[in-house]
Amino acid sequence: MKFMWKFIVRRIIITFPQLILLSVLLFLMAQAMPGDALTGLIDPNVPEEVKEQRREELGLNDPWHVRYVDWVSGIVKGDLGQSFRFKMPVTEVVTDRVINSFWLSLVTLVFTYLIAVPLGMLSGRYNNTLLDSAITTYTYIGFATPIFIFALVMVWVFGYNLGWFPTSGSVAPGLEPGTMEYYLSKFYHLLLPALSMALIQTVSTVQYLRSEIIDTKQKDFIITARAKGASESRVYNRHIFRNSILPIAAFFGYEITTLITGSIFVERIFAYPGMGQLFIESVLLRDFSVVNAVVLLFGIAMILGALLSDIILSIVDPRIRIK
Amino acid sequence: MQTSNRVRGISVENPLLQINHLSTSFRIGDQYYRAVDDVSLSVNKNEVLGIVGESGSGKSALAYSIMRLHNRAKIEGEILFRGKDIMTLKNSEMNKLRGNDMAMIFQDPLTALNPLMPVGNQIGETLLLHQPNISKHERKERVLELLHLVGIPRPNYVYEQFPHELSGGMRQRIVIAIAIANKPELLIADEPTTALDVTIQAQILDLIRELKEDMHSGVILITHDLGVVAEMADRVAVMYAGEIVEIADVVSLFENPLHPYTRSLLNSVPAEGQDRLHVIQGIVPALQYLPREGCRFRERIPWIDPSAHEEHPELHEVEPGHFVRCTCFKQFYFPDKREEAGIYGNS
Repeated sequence: MKFMWKFIVRRIIITFPQLILLSVLLFLMAQAMPGDALTGLIDPNVPEEVKEQRREELGLNDPWHVRYVDWVSGIVKGDLGQSFRFKMPVTEVVTDRVINSFWLSLVTLVFTYLIAVPLGMLSGRYNNTLLDSAITTYTYIGFATPIFIFALVMVWVFGYNLGWFPTSGSVAPGLEPGTMEYYLSKFYHLLLPALSMALIQTVSTVQYLRSEIIDTKQKDFIITARAKGASESRVYNRHIFRNSILPIAAFFGYEITTLITGSIFVERIFAYPGMGQLFIESVLLRDFSVVNAVVLLFGIAMILGALLSDIILSIVDPRIRIK
Repeated sequence: MQTSNRVRGISVENPLLQINHLSTSFRIGDQYYRAVDDVSLSVNKNEVLGIVGESGSGKSALAYSIMRLHNRAKIEGEILFRGKDIMTLKNSEMNKLRGNDMAMIFQDPLTALNPLMPVGNQIGETLLLHQPNISKHERKERVLELLHLVGIPRPNYVYEQFPHELSGGMRQRIVIAIAIANKPELLIADEPTTALDVTIQAQILDLIRELKEDMHSGVILITHDLGVVAEMADRVAVMYAGEIVEIADVVSLFENPLHPYTRSLLNSVPAEGQDRLHVIQGIVPALQYLPREGCRFRERIPWIDPSAHEEHPELHEVEPGHFVRCTCFKQFYFPDKREEAGIYGNS
């Protein structure tokens, strides 16, 4: 236990240089883009001297490290600049979208593991049986089906033809935020996109779990467990399962990343206002302050995902805690 | 067998374990091949039966069959444990015996422990499975006692440790602690010292012997180390290619080895004043290619007249309790150097 805390603290310390490097890179790339904060905002008839004066006032002529510190301190205070398209602070634009993406991804993750764990365990435990073949067939179909095709089919069948689910948006119009109906409607809007994504995403996890279980069940310590007199179900639940989820635990942190980044395809198909959709639209409309903020958030999400994944692994696997 | 038992005053009528015509077959492709072929033997309480043979001779397959730990093997024959045929038991009934009345010490301590579980819990699990009524606290006390018993320093500290934090010798002690946790009547040690270095080997063997003395268990000691057998066993069975080729009490076997295989094995042990080491030519054939007809050792002693072998070799009792398979032992001799060169075409 002592080792674990040491490991976690050390791992968190490592993320700081990563975050700084990310912000520097992003800042330099933003600087490389043509134009500056005044471009497009100021009357083109304003003489050059006045513009130059404004630049001087805004600090745009300062050396890059001064401007970088300025920018970073703004971010820390929650100031990500102004959106050119929405004419409002980027922070506000992004906050709504992050919340939407978070819920969509969370429900997707829950579905993904709800499907993956039982299927993977059954498939691995009863490998080379009819049941296993059926599950494996599903995973191959899942691998072969592009999500944007599958999601379209889902919308068409369950949205338009059967009319069981709404086909766009994140909430029904005209509902008062904060009421029960509002949240139910939000959840209802999540279901179909989340399920579509989960059904496809889960197949790799099913496959991982299956092959890990097949691998683990012929390890020597499983024979030791049997020789102790442990029942088959105990052998599977106590010994095989925990040893088989290591790669999935490692993967889990990265899946967490999608809680913030959202899904570009699915959000677009379901016209769901999340981060993926915001990113695409902002790129297309060259709303650079938003693109900048979104890319920064994605980067942070990746770094935190990796951090989380390492911490989860260190909890599951004691061998990682040393060194 | 009878002599040695009479000496110890144990009735032969009720051995702890009696195996009759046991065969274990594995499937390769579409066919089953016997890795253990018609083996019969018995183990008494408070007795160490050594089983020796090269790799691939079926020793471990036999041990796993007794515990019924094989996953996909066909096992035929009778295994009478305390007079009851355990081959007829359901797996759930078998689970009550495994780890409780019969237990096993495994060959490789580096892989025999669950890497994600503190070793204390791994020992405790055996107790939990067979004595579910004792309290958590009492169970921990018992585990600490066991750790102490198998010679682990600072049991309280080691209790919380994971296998990767312990050395090979320590891990083997944990494996032994798991096996003896419920004082089994039958203890099967499958090459318990193979993976350990020599100084640790001696400690582990001493430990097994002490525990046996304490618990009066019957022990099956599987090894390819004749020194270990000489030191530990009361009786010895020599296995070759899935069959028992010779079985005798330890004194007879070492003083009067009969079967060519036994003699070759003994001759392969380095001794003082020997100018060169005897090597048994060839290897144990792979399972699919084992000879099924006639004397199985025939091919590795080609200089012996083929007519010396029996057509269907059987175990002959040459003196009380000393059995040997095939008649070829009567004509067996070791070739001298010149002859050997003629047989194998090398110098």
